[in-house]
Amino acid sequence: MSPSPETRADLDRVVEPGVTALSVTVHVSDLVLERRTPRWWWIGFGLSLGLLGLFVVALGWLFFRGVGVWGIDWPVAWGFAIGNYVWWVGMASGGTLISALFFLTRSDWRSATSRIAETMTVFCVACAGIMPVIHLGRWWYFYWLFPYPNTMALWPQFRSPLHWDFVAILVYVIGSVLFWYVGLLPDLATLRDRARRRWQRVLYGLLALGWQGSSRHWRQFKILYGLFAALMAPLVCSIHSIVGLDFAGGLTPGWHETQFPPYFVFGAALSGFAVVLMLVIPLRRALDLTGVITLRHVDVLARLLLTASLLLTYCYLMEVFMPLYRGEEHEITVVMAELGGYYAPWYWAKIILNGVVPQLLWIRPLRLNRPLLFLVALGVVVGMWIERYVIVVGGLHRNYTESSWFVFMPTVWDWATLAGSVGLFLTGFFLALRFIPIVSMFELRELLHKKKTEGGR
Amino acid sequence: MTAHRGTGHTFRGTLAAFDSPDAMLEALRRLRQEGFTRLEVYSPHAVEEVDDLLGRKPRALPLIVVAAGVLGAVGGFALQYWGMVLSYPLNIGGRPLNSWPAFSTTTFELAALAILLVGFLAFCAFCRLPRLYDPIFDAPGFEHASQERFLIWIAEREGRDDRDLLQRLLPHGEGVRIDEVPA
Repeated sequence: MSPSPETRADLDRVVEPGVTALSVTVHVSDLVLERRTPRWWWIGFGLSLGLLGLFVVALGWLFFRGVGVWGIDWPVAWGFAIGNYVWWVGMASGGTLISALFFLTRSDWRSATSRIAETMTVFCVACAGIMPVIHLGRWWYFYWLFPYPNTMALWPQFRSPLHWDFVAILVYVIGSVLFWYVGLLPDLATLRDRARRRWQRVLYGLLALGWQGSSRHWRQFKILYGLFAALMAPLVCSIHSIVGLDFAGGLTPGWHETQFPPYFVFGAALSGFAVVLMLVIPLRRALDLTGVITLRHVDVLARLLLTASLLLTYCYLMEVFMPLYRGEEHEITVVMAELGGYYAPWYWAKIILNGVVPQLLWIRPLRLNRPLLFLVALGVVVGMWIERYVIVVGGLHRNYTESSWFVFMPTVWDWATLAGSVGLFLTGFFLALRFIPIVSMFELRELLHKKKTEGGR
Repeated sequence: MTAHRGTGHTFRGTLAAFDSPDAMLEALRRLRQEGFTRLEVYSPHAVEEVDDLLGRKPRALPLIVVAAGVLGAVGGFALQYWGMVLSYPLNIGGRPLNSWPAFSTTTFELAALAILLVGFLAFCAFCRLPRLYDPIFDAPGFEHASQERFLIWIAEREGRDDRDLLQRLLPHGEGVRIDEVPA
């Protein structure tokens, strides 16, 4: 990082001087249309494909042998798969929060990062959606979750939080993809019009659906985008609340907590901002985007990370305080097992990575130190996985019946599924980096025009 | 001259390109004062005031979306009520069959789903998308509308020769490019 002192004005700037509407359009679309695929992309994509292959193998073995290949058993019947699910869907929230929530607040820093964040959301949600299905055991019956007319005249249990969750993730997947695609339409049209090769013209021509940029199109676009943003913001809160209720609805010590819905929303926001930071920090250099993704963006995201960390830390305190306050024996057993038992290293790792380390970000120079910030964000992402692992396994391994106490030991297939799902995410994201404009060009054109007419920064 | 259904413009007319939205707005104002009505603006980003100048208001999209939301909520609740109360009632410890608080999350989610799907479809319908080919795409320089130029399409008025008038209204020069679009 440069030693020059960053002044207040530097930190307020969402676009560097000298960046024009045309230069952004040319640069971002050339990244997709003209640039030779850089070597780092091939290396990253190759590694991702390797991990994706591992995922395919892990799932193939799972489908062949059943869920017994994992370390789950009674009473710890939820293992990695559910932890992974909560982790992935939590990280997905980052894109929706930045795109929808900060669209509603008219934050000007959102424009340059929204596409990266939304793309991240789409592929995180894909990873999340797979997890509960493969966890079903008889996964080929997953369509029983739909209320469809059947010869048994049976219905799904609409009263169960697990079914709420199924509905919520289904809607969230559809919503995330539509929100992402609608926001892409004008940029796909730009690619169509700038493309020189035939396949590019055909591909982006089809994807752009014939977008013209007429006043009629923009008028409808603005209404729809605002509506989607206003809907996605509560939707993202609802899905994480419902994920929290998956646990809170269960009569398991350590799960049966009224604080879980907000707890999971805060956790999701924390991991979501962390992933966005982990993507933005290297990408702004690698794709030469420092002109539009400025220190202001890094600073804002770091502050959001810190805020979410503080909110979650409060929940961590409550998580220990409430069982002790209630004095319910088995809940205290679980808390003590987490504080000092078999899972204590995991528990303390989550406290340090999610609660303690992010406190470094109170200090501005540390917040703007990108390598350090990247490591803090990575720590949070790992820490958030650990948090879900501790929640899932910690409650189950000390249940109400002492005779069935159990220690969960992940197998190699548990780890392969986790690593493989990262491969699925990265493969998708690398492809997106190559084939879609990774910065919202039309939003930046609008932003630059606004900044120019306001005569400001 | 054949009017092309749906696009609001004819095959023949003039396309004026501007480098800045302000110049485009200025020209649009002049054109409106001269009584041109069949105008359309193509721009790389939404420009405020265009809708006012063209005298267009947002159409029914918000209303349709609200209706879809209401329908989704009512339908979502009805689905659960039908399943849990009427079709296959299960008496578990005398608990009420119509346990509406437990139905509320799915009701909300299904309302959201209806809004998302109907909203997108209505958007496509109002914008007449997908429409992979449109005559306007053949206009010279049209590809700049998605990049850096602000275009005004002025449809030829039947039985009138506006060439001189347009030349006066849209001085050819800095930042303005006029193209006659033939049939």
